[in-house]
Amino acid sequence: MRRYFGRKLSIYALTFFLAVTINWMIPRFMPGDPVQTMLARAGLRPEASEQMFAYYTEVFGLDVPIFEQYLNFWSSLFRGDMGTSIWLFPTPVTEVLLSALPYTLGLLLPAIILSWIAGNKFGAFAARKRWLDNTLLPVGYVLTATPYMWLALVLAFVLAATAGWFPISGAYGITLRPAWNWNFMLSLAHHWVLPFLTLFLVSFGAWAIGMRNLIIYELEADYTTYLETLGAPRGLVRKYAFRNAMLPQLTGLALQLGVIVAGALVTEIVFNYPGLGFLIKQAIENRDFFLLQGAFFFIVIGVLLANFLIDIVYVMVDPRTRLGMEGEAAT
Amino acid sequence: MIEGEASERTDLVEAPGVIIGTGGTSATTSAGELLFFAWRNWKVRIGLGIVLIFLIAAFVGPLLTDHPPNEYVGPTSAPPSAQFWFGTTIFGQDVFSQFVHGLGATFLVGVIAGGIAAVIGMTVGFVAGYRGGMTDEVLSMLTNIVLVIPTFAVLLIVAAYLSVRGVVIEAVFIGLTSWPWVARAIRAQTFSLRAREFVDLARLSGSRPLKIIVTEIAPNMSSYLFMTFILLFGSSVLIAATLDFIGLGPTEGTSLGLMMNNAVLWSALQLGLWWWFIPPGLAITAIVGALYVTNVGLDEVFNPKLREM
Repeated sequence: MRRYFGRKLSIYALTFFLAVTINWMIPRFMPGDPVQTMLARAGLRPEASEQMFAYYTEVFGLDVPIFEQYLNFWSSLFRGDMGTSIWLFPTPVTEVLLSALPYTLGLLLPAIILSWIAGNKFGAFAARKRWLDNTLLPVGYVLTATPYMWLALVLAFVLAATAGWFPISGAYGITLRPAWNWNFMLSLAHHWVLPFLTLFLVSFGAWAIGMRNLIIYELEADYTTYLETLGAPRGLVRKYAFRNAMLPQLTGLALQLGVIVAGALVTEIVFNYPGLGFLIKQAIENRDFFLLQGAFFFIVIGVLLANFLIDIVYVMVDPRTRLGMEGEAAT
Repeated sequence: MIEGEASERTDLVEAPGVIIGTGGTSATTSAGELLFFAWRNWKVRIGLGIVLIFLIAAFVGPLLTDHPPNEYVGPTSAPPSAQFWFGTTIFGQDVFSQFVHGLGATFLVGVIAGGIAAVIGMTVGFVAGYRGGMTDEVLSMLTNIVLVIPTFAVLLIVAAYLSVRGVVIEAVFIGLTSWPWVARAIRAQTFSLRAREFVDLARLSGSRPLKIIVTEIAPNMSSYLFMTFILLFGSSVLIAATLDFIGLGPTEGTSLGLMMNNAVLWSALQLGLWWWFIPPGLAITAIVGALYVTNVGLDEVFNPKLREM
């Protein structure tokens, strides 16, 4: 087990190092001067522009040798300093991002966990049942092939713009201020439904199909035949198949995290939901590179943490990794 | 050998919920026979049929309209009519023209990005799996890192700093970041294949490693490699659409994701201009969904165990 976690953690550490390095390198080695581009877009008066240029050259730390720039980048990162947002000047980027984080997590966590559980249950239930299987397969494939933002647009158009059952934009009513009262909570929940449903449905399709396929493979394995010849009840055989199929599905969850996060970003954009995705869009439109790079860090750290959590769950469900044998996730 | 087998099942899960079996019957089945089974399989027929329809639309469509995709040619916000089949945008651009030109960009991204990812993934997978040892350690580490890193976020940053973006550049970057699962899956299969007798025989007879990989190992997974490309094509199309939607699409020309981006930007949702954002997303869903279904069908063709009785 120690070896398993050791390996995993070293991969995460390397990944983090690489991500930080990429994040540092891109603005500095891409064609064009980021500070100039940023200021050109801001459209300031010449004298203000000059001051801003001096300011940002210093903030980017572009006036010291390149190796020193790199070290400075790391040290300010560990102090939690990601620069100042240009779009919401003069709020620090970290503050802007932290205030958006609850909204993104509030969408993502329930969507990921519930769709995974529901998809697995339903996929296992549908496998090898002709009628269900024939309906599940096409629906599931259509759902997984749907771009998140398009499903969001369709849901928003049908259920919000046309039917008027749900609000179309924002995380709570525009007349409300965030507070711990019923009125606000209700509005929050009401605005949450459609973005959540979008994320849930697309992922649900993927997990249901994945589980269905795995169960079919498991039901063809030798141990299934053996159990059947022993006269084991059908339910028991399926239970074993389900348990075995859970492991690759768990690995799959770790692999799919990035895709689901990307889906959440665009879903937020459709619904003007004030999470990270909304901020990223604003950052791109306003050429706010500090904010964009800060958001990148948040996503990288979030995905790495989630990966680690999944590893822990994996150890709990797969005895082979616990006993130090080569398990499936050991690589 | 044992390690190869142990990791095999993990590698069955790839693109969202899509599995590829270990198929590999091409050595014993003739091409004609495979084509026969492929044609008899309704999933392959329907899937390829849908993709073909959109492919034809991408080629023929631009000839049917003389409006350039981004020019202001008609009445603003007009619903579909005989003159403007898919209606017009809030600026009076022809949605049909944007749609068919966007389809072309979609196929281009799929082919380029899918191709690049397939080549990198196969190279890394074959070399790591065949060489083993230190080479494998290093390549696997690299693969695992790219696998955990949220590549979409990397693409965001890269695209944001590019002031001029084209469909091809976008596709190249997508291809460069979406290969890791392919490498892992192929590495695992190569691991189990390289210990087989026919590979030993080739090695004893003095074949070079490259030749062994190309003529002995790869043909045994040809079906698998083909299906891998189909999945990569589908996922690349989705990634490109997502990037375009965020506002990091091609700065020149048009794409399906860009259409949806503009529709949202100019409140098509609130104004009820459904013809602006429904067609592009529908086309992506149909193409990618059809590819996934084709893939399942092909899996049944290559892997007789899965064929419906």
